[in-house]
Amino acid sequence: MTTQETRNVQSGRLDQSEYEENFSDLHPLLSRHEALVESDRCYFCYDAPCVTACPTGIDIPMFIRQISADNPKGSAKTIFQQNILGGMCARVCPTETLCEEACVREAAEGKPVKIGQLQRYATDILIREADAHPFSRAPSTGKKIAVVGAGPAGLSCAHRLAMHGHDVTIYEAQSKGGGLSEYGIAAYKSVDDFAQKELQFILEIGGIEIKTGQRLGADVSVDQLSSEFDAVFLGIGLANVNALGLEGEDAAGSEDAVDYIANLRQASDLSSLPVGRHIVVIGGGMTAIDVATQAKLLGAEDVTIAYRRGQDAMNASAYEQELAQTHGVTIRHWLQPKALKRRDDGTISGIELEYTQQSNGSLSGTGETVTLRADQVFKAIGQKFDGGPLEGSGIALDGGRIKTDDERKTSLANVWAGGDCVHSGEDLTVVSVEDGKIAAESIHAALSA
Amino acid sequence: MADISTNFLGIKSPNPFWLASAPPTDKAYNVERAFEAGWGGVVWKTLGEAGPPVVNVNGPRYGAIYGPDRRLMGLNNIELITDRDLEINLKEITEVKERWPDRAMIVSLMVPCEERAWESILKRVDETGADGIELNFGCPHGMSERGMGSAVGQVPEYIEMVARWCKQYTELPVIVKLTPNITDIRYPARAAKDGGADAVSLINTINSIVSVDLDQLAPVPTIDGKGSHGGYCGPAVKPIAMNMVAEIARDSHTHGLPISGIGGISTWRDAAEFIALGCGTVQVCTAAMTYGFKIVTEMAEGLSDWMDEKGYASISDFQGMAVPNVSDWQHLNLNYVTKARIDQDSCIKCGRCHIACEDTSHQAITNIVNGERMFEVIDEECVGCNLCVNVCPVEDCITMEPISGTDPRTNLPVDPNYANWTTHPNNPAVADAAE
Repeated sequence: MTTQETRNVQSGRLDQSEYEENFSDLHPLLSRHEALVESDRCYFCYDAPCVTACPTGIDIPMFIRQISADNPKGSAKTIFQQNILGGMCARVCPTETLCEEACVREAAEGKPVKIGQLQRYATDILIREADAHPFSRAPSTGKKIAVVGAGPAGLSCAHRLAMHGHDVTIYEAQSKGGGLSEYGIAAYKSVDDFAQKELQFILEIGGIEIKTGQRLGADVSVDQLSSEFDAVFLGIGLANVNALGLEGEDAAGSEDAVDYIANLRQASDLSSLPVGRHIVVIGGGMTAIDVATQAKLLGAEDVTIAYRRGQDAMNASAYEQELAQTHGVTIRHWLQPKALKRRDDGTISGIELEYTQQSNGSLSGTGETVTLRADQVFKAIGQKFDGGPLEGSGIALDGGRIKTDDERKTSLANVWAGGDCVHSGEDLTVVSVEDGKIAAESIHAALSA
Repeated sequence: MADISTNFLGIKSPNPFWLASAPPTDKAYNVERAFEAGWGGVVWKTLGEAGPPVVNVNGPRYGAIYGPDRRLMGLNNIELITDRDLEINLKEITEVKERWPDRAMIVSLMVPCEERAWESILKRVDETGADGIELNFGCPHGMSERGMGSAVGQVPEYIEMVARWCKQYTELPVIVKLTPNITDIRYPARAAKDGGADAVSLINTINSIVSVDLDQLAPVPTIDGKGSHGGYCGPAVKPIAMNMVAEIARDSHTHGLPISGIGGISTWRDAAEFIALGCGTVQVCTAAMTYGFKIVTEMAEGLSDWMDEKGYASISDFQGMAVPNVSDWQHLNLNYVTKARIDQDSCIKCGRCHIACEDTSHQAITNIVNGERMFEVIDEECVGCNLCVNVCPVEDCITMEPISGTDPRTNLPVDPNYANWTTHPNNPAVADAAE
């Protein structure tokens, strides 16, 4: 390898038709017949393990039975009762580590009922109907609640509050609502602008106003919202990303995977997105998988994920790892970043990685290294909470995120929080939805007292 | 290799699989294809009397119920007897029988309940060289409104009368096809025997409305917004058919009367079950109409392979062997006590056994043991009903095991000796007799 090789990061590597094919729906919608056959595989278990495994507690056997009885809209209502973002969760949930892992047919034959795809079948049918919203609002309570962040947690909270008759104003920093549904997530998991369709579907309940371009800490403050509203819910996510801590991390070619995915999701023309010929992704979670796979689909020649521990420790599920691998991504384990290699002009040309080993639970470098050529190095080693916007509010943190109790109440009276900005479980859409739902019920109870 | 050829009323066929009188046997073209595929015989679709041909509806004539993968579980129809000219049918029967002398050729007949009508059609059938006749006293739709088909089959006196006419006017073996649309199948069977019939065949189709179109709010198949009851057949009717076959096989009046079994036979196993209940041949329609004639290969080979496995050299070796084991309830052994046993290694923990027992039966299966989700039988409550076995999705995971010693449910010793209701102290009839 020569470090002086010309930097090769360019857009338009593929024909237009290849972009379309590469970024088409990962799992096309089941046909009615496929759904009937698949739903018949469900045993309608008693005290079903899949329900226990679902963070939002969707009555999975019931919604599947409704599909099998050819009532997909009723099925969708069952899903939305517990999870108003059931449509997005059907696309992005790691079902292989949640409901489908718990499915008794997984135990019986290694082939769980395709719960995620059935959920999508039902929810898609309902959402694509005009005026499909299956719930109506309780009589107005006259109470006003501010929700900060229009991501899954905020939307779930807002919807539940609106159902209870409260008036909700959502403050969203970005120009569009949806949060990670809109700006994160691999594009092939949410095609056809689904995040916005889902947002509109949720808003059909009424009583929810979204103010975009309103950033907490800049345009609004917790203090201000607390005084103007009866309650505040913070669903502000993780605004910062972890750094590699290497020299040259701000050089051209050193990329933040979260930003890159957001740009990709917002691109109107994928052929306009520059992508390197040789790519290395640092990390082992879903973001690493998503950026690596999509870089390959954008036309990168080789993409390697380097992860500092073994396969078992990867946050990305086995299914997601396989998905990346079948798209041509190489996953290498026991390698940690040591130094970024740069050309004379300062741009990234590669990365030196050090082999690692684990002994007595602690990870250490072996001293042996390998250097991989890279036009782009993506860091995907985790996001972290940005406490800046809360400064002066008095909200207590715990472990670097907002501290809450079981009802998602913060240390501040009348302020609740949920989603990735709190420690409630894995950083998953479905967990955020549950946080928002729990907080909404708690807020409703507090305001009804 | 087992010999699966049959001799039914002197009618020989290379295997017991006949095509029932139905659309697959309506003309030479179909029947020849059936014989080429290996069917042992056919019952030619029912002929009516000479004259203007029968008219069928021109809209849909079949309806169905399905499993989730559109597996056809039950079919019904409102088709009538053959709508082809009598002369053409007779000519084709003659020609086909000539070309296929080793196959059984039975001719199904349905004419008005008049002696002359039967005399004249039988004369014509005799000339074809056919091996036997089957009297269609079963068709439940259309023809029955005209006093034929099941309208005859539902009146034992008519069955006996027409059977007697037939035996009088033909030398051919006479098979009476029975309708299941009656309260007790033994009465029409006895009547057939009393009229001199050589055999009965059953069941014909069952009166049915197979589904209601919820948009049109009309039965399916729907003809211009209306539907009529039709004859139900296919796998769904097999249990009904087998009970009726068994009732005739073990009735003292008709015991030994040859039976050609019909009703949902789709595989070799179905056929073996019917034969074990006393049938000499079996007739198939829906399975052929669903999959085509090739299925007879699976049926014939499967039957032969099973017979080899069991050491049965010929059909007669096991024919009727299940009949003595069909008993009245009152003779079942009340001292045979079983308990469900759940094999925890094969249990997949779906909980169906628990909820079925808990909600609808005897509260005899746990769902939590020591705080863990676990399904175990509570012997003190288990009556051995078998519902858990039936709802368990894993074969052989739950079994019913006989017990001895003390029954934990009753705290009474299990008597090792056979005893039934007729001698049970709770039987009022026993108490009366003792007084």
